[in-house]
Amino acid sequence: MKISEIIDLTEARLVAGNPGKQINIERAFSSDLMSDVLTLDNHQIILITGLANVQLIRTVEMADVPVVLLCRNKIATPEMISLAEENGIFLLETPFSMFRVSGVLYENGLKPLY
Amino acid sequence: MALKLDFDIVGGDFNLAGKASSKIKKKLIQLSIDSKFIKRIVVATYEAELNVVAHAYSGVLTACFEPDYITVLVVDKGPGIEDIEQAMKEGFSTASKRVREMGFGAGMGLPNINKNVDELKIESKLGVGTSLFFKILY
Repeated sequence: MKISEIIDLTEARLVAGNPGKQINIERAFSSDLMSDVLTLDNHQIILITGLANVQLIRTVEMADVPVVLLCRNKIATPEMISLAEENGIFLLETPFSMFRVSGVLYENGLKPLY
Repeated sequence: MALKLDFDIVGGDFNLAGKASSKIKKKLIQLSIDSKFIKRIVVATYEAELNVVAHAYSGVLTACFEPDYITVLVVDKGPGIEDIEQAMKEGFSTASKRVREMGFGAGMGLPNINKNVDELKIESKLGVGTSLFFKILY
């Protein structure tokens, strides 16, 4: 699934990342537990989370997660945006809840990681 | 001659946690190390860095980049680990509420380091600090 499709389906806003860069996301993982994110094996995933802090971006940098979606109107801080930009991470914000985002993306073909 | 990098880690400062691991990641990319190994190295390094930030007062992380492997040594000044065997068990944690609210402290750090490395040594003295060493072969 393309980033543009994820944005359309979740009514999201892109706050960091190059919109011209094409990447294909096949799987998703929903979690607020960064310790869990650090144990993931798969690369091309989107992380759906309710957590919005700098450590979220550091964690996805280390875990090689290319796309992060902040749920339920969580706002990315300027530090988060700048760290995401520095590391080529796509950062999105959606008004939808984690449950709704997960449901919509699953229904439209994104596979679970486990 | 192997390349050696040292980093200071400040206990309690979560805004700086990950800076050392981030610099190590960029260096490994520059050295054209396979991404599979880079991920194992930076995840283990980041977990070790987070442990110092979450539990200790200060620490020094030293990474040695050898031709076929990397070693990382993290020495901290802190409370030490009472029972290392117990700390290695998944789910065991002494992390504060603040650490847990940030998405960590689930008792997965040391087991995750163990999973990603080829060699691991932990020594700890109560009231003095902990030293953690690991090696990952490319």
